[in-house]
Amino acid sequence: MAVVELEKLVKDYAGFRAIHGVDLTIEDGQFCVFVGPSGCGKSTLLRMIAGLEDISGGELRIDGERVNEQRAAERGLAMVFQSYALYPHMTVRENLAFGLENIRTPKDEIRRRVDDAARMLQIEEHMQRRPKQLSGGQRQRVAIGRAVVREPKVFLFDEPLSNLDAELRVVMRGEIASLHRRLGNTMIYVTHDQVEAMTMADKIVVLKLGTIQQVGSPLDLYNRPANQFVAGFIGSPRMNFLKMSVAETRAESIVVKEENGRSFEAAVSPEGVKAGDKVTVGIRPEHLEIGSERGHPVTIDSIEQLGGESYLYCTDAGGNPVTIHKSGQTRHRAGEEAQVFLPAESIHVFKEDGAALERLRIGEAV
Amino acid sequence: MVWSFISRTRGRNRFDLTDWLTWGYLIFGILLMFGPVLWVAMSSFKTDAALSEYPPTFLPLSPQTVIVEGYDEPLPLYEITGGEYEGRTLAQIRRIGLNAQMVDPQNPGERLNVSINDREPAREFSVAWGNYTQLFERFNFMQYFWNSAFITVVATIITVIFNSMAAFALAKYKFRGRTVVFLLIIATLMIPPTINLVPIYLVVNELGIVNSPWGVIWPAVATPTGVFLLRQYMLTIPDDLLDAARMDHASEWRVYWRIVLPLAAPAIAVLVIFSVMWRWNEFLWPLIVLTRSEEFTLQLALNAFQGDLQTSWSGLLAMTVLTLLPITIIFALLQKNITAGIAQSGVK
Amino acid sequence: MVNPLNQAAQFGYRTAFGLFEVPMAGAQRLIGIGRIAWLFLLPNLVIFGLFTFLPIILNFFYATTGSDAILLSQRPYVGAENFASLLSCDNYLDPNSCRRDIFWRAIYNTSWFVVLQVGFMILFSLLTALILNRDIPFRGFFRGVFFYPVLLSPVVVALIWKWILQRYGVLNAGLEGVGLPTVNWLISADWAFFWVIFVSIWAHMGFYTLILLAGLQAIPSDVYEAAEMDGASRWRVFSRITMPLLMPTMVVVLVLSLIRAVQAFDEIFVLTGGGPGTATTLILQYIYETGFASRPQLFGLAAAASILMAVVLLVLTLLQLRATRSQAEG
Repeated sequence: MAVVELEKLVKDYAGFRAIHGVDLTIEDGQFCVFVGPSGCGKSTLLRMIAGLEDISGGELRIDGERVNEQRAAERGLAMVFQSYALYPHMTVRENLAFGLENIRTPKDEIRRRVDDAARMLQIEEHMQRRPKQLSGGQRQRVAIGRAVVREPKVFLFDEPLSNLDAELRVVMRGEIASLHRRLGNTMIYVTHDQVEAMTMADKIVVLKLGTIQQVGSPLDLYNRPANQFVAGFIGSPRMNFLKMSVAETRAESIVVKEENGRSFEAAVSPEGVKAGDKVTVGIRPEHLEIGSERGHPVTIDSIEQLGGESYLYCTDAGGNPVTIHKSGQTRHRAGEEAQVFLPAESIHVFKEDGAALERLRIGEAV
Repeated sequence: MVWSFISRTRGRNRFDLTDWLTWGYLIFGILLMFGPVLWVAMSSFKTDAALSEYPPTFLPLSPQTVIVEGYDEPLPLYEITGGEYEGRTLAQIRRIGLNAQMVDPQNPGERLNVSINDREPAREFSVAWGNYTQLFERFNFMQYFWNSAFITVVATIITVIFNSMAAFALAKYKFRGRTVVFLLIIATLMIPPTINLVPIYLVVNELGIVNSPWGVIWPAVATPTGVFLLRQYMLTIPDDLLDAARMDHASEWRVYWRIVLPLAAPAIAVLVIFSVMWRWNEFLWPLIVLTRSEEFTLQLALNAFQGDLQTSWSGLLAMTVLTLLPITIIFALLQKNITAGIAQSGVK
Repeated sequence: MVNPLNQAAQFGYRTAFGLFEVPMAGAQRLIGIGRIAWLFLLPNLVIFGLFTFLPIILNFFYATTGSDAILLSQRPYVGAENFASLLSCDNYLDPNSCRRDIFWRAIYNTSWFVVLQVGFMILFSLLTALILNRDIPFRGFFRGVFFYPVLLSPVVVALIWKWILQRYGVLNAGLEGVGLPTVNWLISADWAFFWVIFVSIWAHMGFYTLILLAGLQAIPSDVYEAAEMDGASRWRVFSRITMPLLMPTMVVVLVLSLIRAVQAFDEIFVLTGGGPGTATTLILQYIYETGFASRPQLFGLAAAASILMAVVLLVLTLLQLRATRSQAEG
């Protein structure tokens, strides 16, 4: 069992607070991803869990036991570093064995574990080589192998794929996911790439400036972002945001209208808003429908056609950028005027403080 | 509970044993590295009398004397620390065994007996500037300083010019025989001047520059390390710049001193610092070549100052302080740059 | 204030170099741009030739001739007699049994000096570098602290310590103050040797500390973090990670300090004059005294001794070149 609990965790550096009282529980066996823009504190949080940074306040528990004061190695964790941090003067075999030697594991046990890990990560033929003789992907595997060999309670990954090229990243993503399936350990993974988060996580934790914005499964975050920040962060291309105001509130929806008078119905709960309130309407590029008569007028600036899908980059009357993502090909051309329709079930509404109104009917994504 | 308390000692916020040892070592380092120089500086301000005192005082305190009516010579002054005259300040006439015959300076008629254990020399703060002024008046300090300065400055200028010309040739030209020259210079690296003392002396002698600053300057102006240092840096100057200058009808000499030299300024700065330090501190070779005391460098003069029989420490200490003062001041101002520069080039 | 100085310097620079423009441009026309490089090399090569290469050859002539004349033409050929004289000993481990006993005394002293001085200096330099590598405030200042003595001239260094070690100097005063026995340090052969080593370490360790510190800082910090996650104790981190990665730098430092130690002269000569007697006379002082300070000036012996010393230094310098190359790769 490896349950990780963070209770009101705080991190202060001289003069400023990096982490503001974070509460979080990560269940046994979960693949939990910390994601957010740079400076949000995700690496700091991971390093606090790892024991590489001191905890300024709050409590960190692993399997119910407080571990604030324990050294990194004593917490039963293993970490895969962004720069791999392999010992440059040791062979791959020695790199893998080092941690076990430190706790005086018997030699044959070490050998068994090292060989198993090497086989699992397909690095058997590199055992006698030094890190500088390996490629980036191979070094990454050795770094993962070093963690695997220790048979830790929890695996920690600190942006392990950012130094790899795009194609290798996709491959390694799959390998880490299959590693999780195979070993079943709790894994905490830090990345700034929301695609990695969406594809690998059981649970995503979105962070901004040291506070948790939302915790949930990938589809939760996609369908029901709790605030404008999460809505804009998750999903690619980014959600479109339009400034409107509330025209009227109904029992199970509200009507929003823009400056020029056009209005749209949004399937969200009216709780928390009244007529006249300013709101931000969010709609994902893949949910916009182009071409109907009664819609939001835009001018098409440019079009990208990939054959199987198209992106239309437009600007509306107010000068706001509007992106449309459409499957298949399009007849439209750059320079044209068009109307985009906002289906009620696909509209997100955010209050002035950024909080989202609850969505009542969620449409099927394209 | 108990376990978490015990394991707390390795925490980063706590001051554990290694931290105490670290700070102890660093403070000991300050004392050991700066202390001796500080002591010499303090001592250099003491009068001869204070210098011969044992145990020595830290500050330049000199035993006071006073003129008392009825006595020709000034009498040493003492504070009385015990016995019937405790608290008074008396002058000592003479000392007989364990007893001191003393008088009160205001009341010279009466002779008082004081045990020698009850008295302590009265000292006043007395800075012996004379130690320093005598260097200039009696001991020809400026002559030695000039000799050292002349050698240092001239040698450094020549070193920079010769070495930069050679580095320029090796960095920016391809010519037949380049590898040979390279190997020759590397070979020179393996030949420290100390093994050639005798024959270099002959050469210097034959050239007629024994006993002259030129005999010290010439033998060492061509340093292999200097050539390599400058060449390394000049390699990073883009060849395009030189070609552009050549297209502008610049002769090679112009290219050298109008373009390459100014651009190589950082490396030249390092060479200048090394050269100045080394030449100012040079000892063995000047010792061999300069035998007339008028030609002595500051280092030679310092050494010669230690007489065979009686070393006049007051003068010697003052001269030592003056010799180390320039480098100390430069050090205090540029310390960060110097240590950073040394570390970088040392690794190379 | 700066500007007139700047302008004067510029003016001097331009005039000095400008003077050579006409002759150099003329030479360039004469011999062509391809060969002009030789002209640039000329001054350096002349100096090297006159003061390095020619002397090496002359050294052999001196070593194989006798008498105290400085001009080679006046020196009679004696073959290998100087070498034989230097190298004749009944028992090579006992300097007193040798014909040139002072030479062997110097060899003996130099050997001990090199081993002890280099050994302890590297130890202290490493210790200091490790301490300076920690996360301490004012690290730049402390780097300077240990480096300061390196800047002082050897004469100044020797005089400073001579003053401290006087019979009635501050060290003895301090010892007496805490009730310990005092010693006339530079008069006792063993203590003089100790202090020669001590002063030498004091004056030079800062330089090597900086080099080792640079080597330590080249080790990426995430390797230490990985070791922390791997549960390595402080000793294991030091012995299995720090030291192996520092080894190339250590070798460079070792060879550099060996080369310097073999040629030690300046501080020692001023501090003890080689004494008491010949207790602190090292090989370079022997060469200096034999060839220059004593009458008659035995140039032949001095040259022969120089050549012997040169062989040792050559081996060390070759090691240094190899060590620097492997450090650059490693």
